[in-house]
Amino acid sequence: MVQPLIEFKGVTKRFSHHTVLDQIDLQIYEGEVATIIGKSGGGKSVLLKHIVGLLQPDEGYILYKGQPIHQMNKREWDQYIRQVSYMFQNNALFDSMTVFENIAFPLRQTTHLNRRVIEEKVRLRLEQMELHEVEKKYPSELSGGMQKRVALSRALVTDPKIILFDEPTTGQDMIRRNAILSMISEYQKRLGFTAILISHDVPDVFFISNRILALDEGKIIFQGTPEAFETFQHPFQDEFVESLEELQEHLTGIYSKRHFKVRYQQMLHRKRSQEKFVVGLFTLEDFDGLCASLGHTTGQKVLDSLGRYINKHFGTVGGFSARQGRSQFSIVLPFSDLHEAEEILKDFSRELREEGLRTIQTEARLYRESCYEFIILGGLAESQFGVKEIDHILDQARKNQREVARVFCGERR
Amino acid sequence: MNITRGKTHTSAEKNPLPLISLLGRRAIYVIQDSGALFIFMVKSMVMIFQPKQLPLILEHIYSIGARSTLIVLLVGLFTGMVLGLQLFHTLVKFGSAGVLGSAVALSLVRELGPVLTAIMVTARAGSAMAAEIGSQRISEQIDALFTMRIDPVRYLVSPRIAASIISFPLLTAMFDLIGIIGGYLTGVLLLGVNAGSYFYRVQSSVEMEDITSGFVKAVVFAVIVSTVCCFQGYFTHMQKDSYGAKAVGVSTTSAVVLSCVLILISDYVVTSLLL
Repeated sequence: MVQPLIEFKGVTKRFSHHTVLDQIDLQIYEGEVATIIGKSGGGKSVLLKHIVGLLQPDEGYILYKGQPIHQMNKREWDQYIRQVSYMFQNNALFDSMTVFENIAFPLRQTTHLNRRVIEEKVRLRLEQMELHEVEKKYPSELSGGMQKRVALSRALVTDPKIILFDEPTTGQDMIRRNAILSMISEYQKRLGFTAILISHDVPDVFFISNRILALDEGKIIFQGTPEAFETFQHPFQDEFVESLEELQEHLTGIYSKRHFKVRYQQMLHRKRSQEKFVVGLFTLEDFDGLCASLGHTTGQKVLDSLGRYINKHFGTVGGFSARQGRSQFSIVLPFSDLHEAEEILKDFSRELREEGLRTIQTEARLYRESCYEFIILGGLAESQFGVKEIDHILDQARKNQREVARVFCGERR
Repeated sequence: MNITRGKTHTSAEKNPLPLISLLGRRAIYVIQDSGALFIFMVKSMVMIFQPKQLPLILEHIYSIGARSTLIVLLVGLFTGMVLGLQLFHTLVKFGSAGVLGSAVALSLVRELGPVLTAIMVTARAGSAMAAEIGSQRISEQIDALFTMRIDPVRYLVSPRIAASIISFPLLTAMFDLIGIIGGYLTGVLLLGVNAGSYFYRVQSSVEMEDITSGFVKAVVFAVIVSTVCCFQGYFTHMQKDSYGAKAVGVSTTSAVVLSCVLILISDYVVTSLLL
């Protein structure tokens, strides 16, 4: 059995007579992205602060690789905390320091790196977070969103092994919110750190998470994979998760995975026996590579624009779509058979190359001078009444994917 | 080492002796708080000698010492001038106007210099220390330091104490000097005391012991002021019935009031020990 990296055992925390955490048992494994979701004021930040020792439990204990952190000696504690970085909900930036100094601060104070190396590391983060124009400004001169990005840069600059993100996307617009989540996901894959995230960005955060922990009324009511969470039956789902998903759908016009499945089931109920329909899957190939060359914000703009284009195009023939992963969109064409759907896909491919890619490039503000590449894959799979599991059909569509459009160095193909 | 301030505990149970219980709780609170303050001071003093402290100490010498120079010189000048006026009229009654220099110099060097300098620096820099650290506490900047493996006491408190220990005696020396010049302005230039007599009395009456005792007091006040002000700021979040900006205000006020009271009490204690 794999040993958890961090484990809570019967952790209870009270403030005066109010119990914020009640007998919490949870496990977080090395190298995964674990997301804690729950209502505001539900104790998520309190839970996170226990991991870095800012708060001590009233009952129970926290284990790091099987060792209780409250029993660590100074050297062990130092070694443990050296690997942890914390991004605060309110950013906790040093208001008497500039943006540059804030990001450089942990390196200057806790490492023996020389000035040039520190400067290089900080400049890299500034570039990645699109903060280079404000490096000499003070936090109070920045917008809330920019302050958030400065805090994120500071959390990442020391290359820690465990990063605790306390609502890293609050105060950001939708594109930047997804850009930050995408950035966390990319860095996590590249650097292999363990990320513990508090987020309300449902369902987007599910696409980057390996593990979901739902905290409700001081108790962990669910811990498991995002897929398992989708089928989790609990009033918490209706009260909290669905309301967030509906908000997201309202903003994007694209269904969440769960609502997509519900709509799919409703469609099946209306269908007669032997009636066929088609499921399609579109993928923006090498999304991480695209983000690396264009930046995460622009990458998200491309993805957002593509999602809306797909939804608009297939919506006109009665289809409905959903986001399936970080860079995947699914569609259901309830009134088409495979032959008809192939024709629709061909039309879509032609229109995408002739007009759609230009729209995407304009919306994402991509200019011809810069060289970048993105490939859009599309695949279809036919199904019929009686096939209830859409995941199986989506797998089939994934196998049938082929290139429908490509942009290389600004040229649409 | 975690330092926590004392808290008053309230009991829901009916107490037959409420006044005694209240006094007892207050006494426990004061003892706990004093203990916390002492541990805080010892820890801060020890951490002065950690690496990477020198730039921070120099920075705080500038903000606590250099930037207080003008106000200390101003107060020193007028204190000396008032002393010159008052003492001249008193000494004339006894036919001893010639010892004005001694009276002004000894009053300043032994007593008024260290005390008034400490009070002025408390008002200017001590309040700033409490407010700055307090606002860092409520905006979680101190927690952020902790998560970065930077000891907040080492980074925020120790350099301020070291800077105060260096700045207070220097400011006191300036206060003494400008005060003696102030006494000269009123005593000699305004009221006609002989200039040679004035400076002769200053030179002959002030001994090294007087200067040393003044500096000892300045160092003691430096430790008290900086520790109390930093302590109040550091524990802003534990202020009773105050949160956020209000708690910072309460901490700053408490820091100044407590520092001034402790300066006067410790002045008596140190004087009685040195005499």
